[in-house]
Amino acid sequence: MSAENTTTTLAGELFAPGVGTQAGPPTTPAAGTGTAGEATPGAHSHGGPAPTGSPAERFTSTDPEAFGAPTGREEEWRFTPMRRIRPLLDGAPSDAHLQWDTDLPDGVELTSVEADDPLLKGLPEPVDRLAALTRARSGGAAVVRVPAEARLDRPVTLRLSGTGAEEVVWGQLVVEVGAFAEATVVLDHAGLARYSGGVAVLVGDGAQVTLVAAQEWARGSVHGGQFDAVVGRDATFRQVVVTLGGDLVRLVSNVQYAGPGGTAELFGVYFADETQHQEHRLWVDHAVPNCTSNVLYKGALQGEDAHTVWIGDVRIRPTATGTSTYELNRNLVLTDGARADSVPNLEIETGEIVGAGHASATGRFDDEQLFYLCSRGIDAETARRLVVRGFFADVVQHIGIPELQDRLMGSIEARLGGLPGLDDQPVEPA
Amino acid sequence: MTTPQNGSVLEIRDLHVTVGEGDDAKEILRGVDLTVRAGETHAIMGPNGSGKSTLAYSIAGHPKYTITGGTVTLDGEDVLAMTVDERARAGLFLAMQYPVEVPGVSVSNFLRTAATAVKGEAPKLRTWVKDVKAEMAGLEMDPAFAERNVNEGFSGGEKKRHEILQMRLLKPRIAILDETDSGLDVDALRVVSEGVNRTRAEGEVGVLLITHYTRILRYIKPDFVHVFVAGRVVEEGGPELAEKLENEGYAAYVKDSNEQASAEKAAAEVVPS
Repeated sequence: MSAENTTTTLAGELFAPGVGTQAGPPTTPAAGTGTAGEATPGAHSHGGPAPTGSPAERFTSTDPEAFGAPTGREEEWRFTPMRRIRPLLDGAPSDAHLQWDTDLPDGVELTSVEADDPLLKGLPEPVDRLAALTRARSGGAAVVRVPAEARLDRPVTLRLSGTGAEEVVWGQLVVEVGAFAEATVVLDHAGLARYSGGVAVLVGDGAQVTLVAAQEWARGSVHGGQFDAVVGRDATFRQVVVTLGGDLVRLVSNVQYAGPGGTAELFGVYFADETQHQEHRLWVDHAVPNCTSNVLYKGALQGEDAHTVWIGDVRIRPTATGTSTYELNRNLVLTDGARADSVPNLEIETGEIVGAGHASATGRFDDEQLFYLCSRGIDAETARRLVVRGFFADVVQHIGIPELQDRLMGSIEARLGGLPGLDDQPVEPA
Repeated sequence: MTTPQNGSVLEIRDLHVTVGEGDDAKEILRGVDLTVRAGETHAIMGPNGSGKSTLAYSIAGHPKYTITGGTVTLDGEDVLAMTVDERARAGLFLAMQYPVEVPGVSVSNFLRTAATAVKGEAPKLRTWVKDVKAEMAGLEMDPAFAERNVNEGFSGGEKKRHEILQMRLLKPRIAILDETDSGLDVDALRVVSEGVNRTRAEGEVGVLLITHYTRILRYIKPDFVHVFVAGRVVEEGGPELAEKLENEGYAAYVKDSNEQASAEKAAAEVVPS
């Protein structure tokens, strides 16, 4: 190990164009973007194309053709390997399904609705062609309903397993949680699939909902997804995304608030091995007063052409006074040849906020941490495991389901077991 | 001073150390000789930049430093050939001036992992928990401390207590305390010093106490004092030497060292005709 291996970057503040001089008092101004592995100059942008103080509205539509066919040069597709996601973007209709294995606590209802159901018409509109295709091709939706004021004795678990990658699977799920209910819903993705899934979570007023989405797909799998949360008045929505498997996973998570006082906490961990592409795009739209959002995503990368992308867009509209928001992305690059792109983007259109900040850091193993642990007799490999375990543990613990946390930490540790070149990188005597 | 029958001995001979590489390499240690035996406490005192901490980190094996000459042995074993973790398992311990944060790793998990590594087997859970609690109480640490992440958000005093807690639990043969007194208020200094003195009273450990100030020597009485200037030991004596430094400072030694360096430089520049 040597000091040269440390390439931690923590860039300075960067607030989006459109932030006036009177714009809010960011309480946590640590901010920046970093990439490691391959240098990626220009790999981030801030504030969208209009440096005029009025950022462009995000285009949404239920019509796939309204988006045109992506070429890979568009802002929302420029990080995605187009060749690999093309089978989904081609949009061939299919009746293929994932295999469902469900565990529904008492009081929870699982039904389905047809494509013309008013429930679907009321959902937030798709933000890209893939999401629109998903809405159009899935021909209806599965609906999980948790009644108002219900307190579930265990999580709702939907194990969705792929059985092959010949055909694209289109799926739409709606999770509807009544006012003041408390519920955790786990989506456990595994197996081999080409899958594009939409998930809408409607969080009733005062409800507390945790949605866990675990991606432990087999290699060869492609997963595109759009998550939309509509957070009711004084409600809390927590999302935990864990992406470990698959060849390509591209998940878009959008949050909007239906009333004041809502809280959204978006947590994520991802771990990309060689040639894996894992992309997480977040969009938190603050348009009503006194809402809170907190984003924490952490990722590790190892192996040639491992690529992760994290895009964190937060917009505070003029009407969203009293907003508090913070987002953080950290990436740990374990080997050469891996690349992490990280783009936080904060648009603040009112000065009447509680606080707004974002930060991003991408780096190698901290050699000083390893030295400290090794100086206590801990061998270098165990020290590395401890550091990586610790890096992820403070996100995974937010799942709140010990068995699931243990399983996912186990998966992460198993990945570390394959860390190439560990034996070649002992902590050398000086 | 007690000298156990089978005590360990750390021997440093003519140690030369540089930092940086190639043309930027700078020699920090310029021929250090020092012998520390179990049961002895040695104070190394010197001005800022004299290389005291470099000595500590070089013995522990920090990769930033390059050994360019000399030897370090522990009971005859070549310390410089060992990896960092092997040195710790051989019985060396470095209490760091600036302990490093390790996010997501709890103190209790860290201590147990370290103890397992150093002892070669996992300590029995029941006695281990009891030992940790007793040592934490001795260092006036809140039990909740064990569940915090290593050094994360610790105050200066908490970091140093945590370092000494590790020393108490890992029971090294040679303990190097690098400016353990820096940044401590009087209460914390007393508590930390008492922890060190408990280890000394057991007679099994040799202590190398690196400090800029004489303050800690009122709590931890050294058997030997070494004055360290410009990368080497320039004077040695007993505890009375510390009192002299307290009164007179390092100025005289630094001046001597500068004059010597100038003379060496002048000698080197004499070109034979």
